[in-house]
Amino acid sequence: MTEPYVILIGLEVHVQLLTRSKLFCGCSTRFGAPPNTQTCPVCIGMPGSLPVINRQAVQLALRTAVALNCTIPRSTKWDRKQYFYPDLPKGYQISQYDLPLSHCGWLEISDPKGAFASKRVGITRAHLEEDAGKSMHDEAVGRADSRIDLNRAGTPLLEIVSEPDLRSPAEAKCYLTELKLLLGYLGVSDCNMQEGSLRVDANINLHVGTADGPVPTPIVEVKNMNSFRAVERALSYEAERQWRLWQELGVRLGEPGGHKTTRGWDEGRQATYEQRAKEESSDYRYFPDPDLLPVVLPEETVESVRASLGELPAALRARLETGYGITPYDADVLVNQGRALVDYYLAVADACGDGKTACNWIQQGVLRWLNDRQTTIDAYPVPATEFAALLKAVLAGELTTSRGREVLAEMIDHGETVEQAMKRLGIERVDEAELETLCRRLLEANPKIVAQVQAGKEKAVGSLIGQAKKHNPNADPGRVKDICLKLIAGM
Amino acid sequence: MISLLDHTATILLRQLQAGALSAVELAQAYMDQIDRCDGTVKAFLHIHADSVLEQAERIDRKRAAGQPVGRLAGLPVAVKDLLCQEGQLTTCASHMLGNFHPPYDATAIRKLKEADAVLLGRTNLDEFAMGGSTENSAFQKTTNPWDPQRIPGGSSGGSAACVAARMAPLAVGTDTGGSIRCPAALCGVTGLKPSYGRVSRFGLVAFASSLDQIGPIAQTAEDCALLLEVLAGHDPNDSTSVNRPVPAYSLAVRRPLVGLRLGLVREHFGEGLDGEVEQAVREAIRVYESLGATVAEVSLPHSRYAVATYYIIASCEASANLARYDGAHYGYRTKEPAMLDELKHQRKQLHEAGDSAGLEALDSALIRMYRCSRSEGFGLEVKRRVMLGTYALSAGYYDAYYLKALKVRRLIHRDFQEAFKGVDLIVGPVTPTPAYKLGEKADDPLAMYLFDLYTASTNLAGLPGIAVPCGFSTGRLPIGLHLQAPPFEDERLLRAATMFQQATDWHTAAP
Repeated sequence: MTEPYVILIGLEVHVQLLTRSKLFCGCSTRFGAPPNTQTCPVCIGMPGSLPVINRQAVQLALRTAVALNCTIPRSTKWDRKQYFYPDLPKGYQISQYDLPLSHCGWLEISDPKGAFASKRVGITRAHLEEDAGKSMHDEAVGRADSRIDLNRAGTPLLEIVSEPDLRSPAEAKCYLTELKLLLGYLGVSDCNMQEGSLRVDANINLHVGTADGPVPTPIVEVKNMNSFRAVERALSYEAERQWRLWQELGVRLGEPGGHKTTRGWDEGRQATYEQRAKEESSDYRYFPDPDLLPVVLPEETVESVRASLGELPAALRARLETGYGITPYDADVLVNQGRALVDYYLAVADACGDGKTACNWIQQGVLRWLNDRQTTIDAYPVPATEFAALLKAVLAGELTTSRGREVLAEMIDHGETVEQAMKRLGIERVDEAELETLCRRLLEANPKIVAQVQAGKEKAVGSLIGQAKKHNPNADPGRVKDICLKLIAGM
Repeated sequence: MISLLDHTATILLRQLQAGALSAVELAQAYMDQIDRCDGTVKAFLHIHADSVLEQAERIDRKRAAGQPVGRLAGLPVAVKDLLCQEGQLTTCASHMLGNFHPPYDATAIRKLKEADAVLLGRTNLDEFAMGGSTENSAFQKTTNPWDPQRIPGGSSGGSAACVAARMAPLAVGTDTGGSIRCPAALCGVTGLKPSYGRVSRFGLVAFASSLDQIGPIAQTAEDCALLLEVLAGHDPNDSTSVNRPVPAYSLAVRRPLVGLRLGLVREHFGEGLDGEVEQAVREAIRVYESLGATVAEVSLPHSRYAVATYYIIASCEASANLARYDGAHYGYRTKEPAMLDELKHQRKQLHEAGDSAGLEALDSALIRMYRCSRSEGFGLEVKRRVMLGTYALSAGYYDAYYLKALKVRRLIHRDFQEAFKGVDLIVGPVTPTPAYKLGEKADDPLAMYLFDLYTASTNLAGLPGIAVPCGFSTGRLPIGLHLQAPPFEDERLLRAATMFQQATDWHTAAP
């Protein structure tokens, strides 16, 4: 250990579930509509309105919880979390307190480059709750006006709380990446941080090694991080800040001045700043919501959800490594692109029969193309069958890798099959006999080179390859070299 | 000669159906009666003066054209001002909602409209249904039609008083701890609190969600059956409404119960019960015996905790249900310029005094807006209960109050289950005394709370309960008989009450 302390990080992730309607009413959850156009008496908390649970939200939450290896209780209930804020129209948020939908799960993370050992990160709980509205503070000169948009109020959120098992900002980032990937595979959330459909709060402190054993520093909750990279940076900053503070003041968790505080991440300054300094334990006065009945989750329901999960990232990576002979790093790259790309890869690999080649070509040929255009595999113009046909030609030696790339470019640009593209480029398969005739002719015309080769300078044959290409651009340099050497040896 | 207004809703409906009476005639008769009486009774907060005759005409036209009409076609109904009605002022008798026009109909209102009822107007109540005398209305004090010096009971005081004063044949009330049955008893009319879940609460402005039920108030149990039939039923908008078929109450109601077994609650005939009330109730039981019923004593050992349990649970739920009235979105908001000026002034004073702790503790403008809006918008009793509920749910008190109350609630429920093993109905008084004088208990909330002694446990256990007129005090104040049945035996209750009303005429007396 380089530093005399251990970092403890726990993450609270809120993800918006991909339901058509809100958690307790029929309003749309679409992002970006004009303010207050997706509201009804229920989600704006009109007197007399009552919530009715959205079954789809429960289903999506359950999918996630099962995939996170959580324990699912037989029944779960709803609680009111009470506080006053203008974007919370009822004066309470419907959430889950002491009987959450799931608890005690784990998510395995690993670093494909081996920066840390793979580990299971404990999931404390994953529960459903409704989102609040959005406050927009108008700081225009002369007036401090606040406007409330309740379109988001009542949107279903799944809050996923991890144990403080993460030991570095890099692990935290890896956990988030893996979680996001999993949620994408499950089809439960689009995890768009910019649109707020994935939000992260982090709790961090240090356990400093002392003669009397490890001493915890005060816990800090960090908010306002709007990318995974920001989370990593904020946590690095915060760990260093806490270490500095410990060295200066030596305040431990729970001592006077050692209570939990909340800090925000300032992306511009690349620093955290104090948000809530006062020692206040908020009392949310949770109690069961009498407007809603507990949700019963029979064993069969949980099992049918489990059966419907499909192949999740961890299993998929393992299958690619063992079944297709690619490295953990490559498997990670492919799986991280999402299920659709993996399916494309599998189709290509299965059809061309070489997982490794398929992987290389897809990383260089497909991923780069997709990345340049910021698009997804659905937009890729070459069908998997044609891509496989191309690789087959390369593997059979009908095309060199560089010629293959040219063919691929043609296929993309003109939407052509391998055959069509090869024809357009004037590429034809050169007959072995034809190639031998050509080589024989070249050797006869270049006795000097033959002599050099016979004298042990094999490299000299290189200039023959150039000449061969001039005569026939489709001549495979490797084959030309092999044939020439064979013929010289037989002379 | 018996006046039109003395007829029961059942008879009036028959006349409407026979064409002997038009909806317009009937509506006009009630409007005239309201003109005559409501100056004294003050049962209505607002009357739909401009639409009543229109509604009635529309129904007459439908009937004349031979079009199908609803179950209550042409019958006027008064509604407690706690149910949202689209576009109509719905105040909950609170300044907080003094200018609130809901954008939607409560399910009960929708059902009344679909049944072609003529909606007469909105009746007075204790603010947000919190009270037992209707004195907690922010707007007016309703008087008892039998004695204008006395309270009508509450919180559905306006609904009970308007039926008693013959200003409406049918009224809708709500009952959280006795709020239909208590005013019905004190005004000498019949009022039913249905089983919890029988009537949708959607659009009923919540007081205590796990206890609130909408129910009918009328002259007779038969009329209550008619109205309940319209109000009852499953509603996908209310998760707590129960999906079971609605019996044809109005057809069943006249079928007497054979071999009826009544249970007399030992604990309800003790300290605090007025002698005349006890006498009337015991006399009513003798009527049942003369009709073939048997009477057994039952015990509800936890009933003495009912009031305490009720006030903790109801207040806890109310404290959350009323949090939405914060001045931010709708309803009353404090006058902001004055509020901000005062805040500025206070800040300046603290600054000059160098009181940094005071400055630190000073409200933000938002918090001050909440504080002032709620302080000014709510009445005393509402604030008392919000405080009580907030306290009982606070960290460190939750287990001792709310959780304990939930446990006792379960015991009370179990008491009833035990009792109903041996009897069909539980019978007793509705209130400990007849109507008391206006202002008599205004300064003594505990005495007021104890008035719910016999009724609160019905709500805690989710049972149906009915108040039936069963006599008068020597001062000619009505006395009510209380019947309770197992959950979803509303029909049994209505039949038992009708048996009694066929054998007695207390319900026909008018002030």
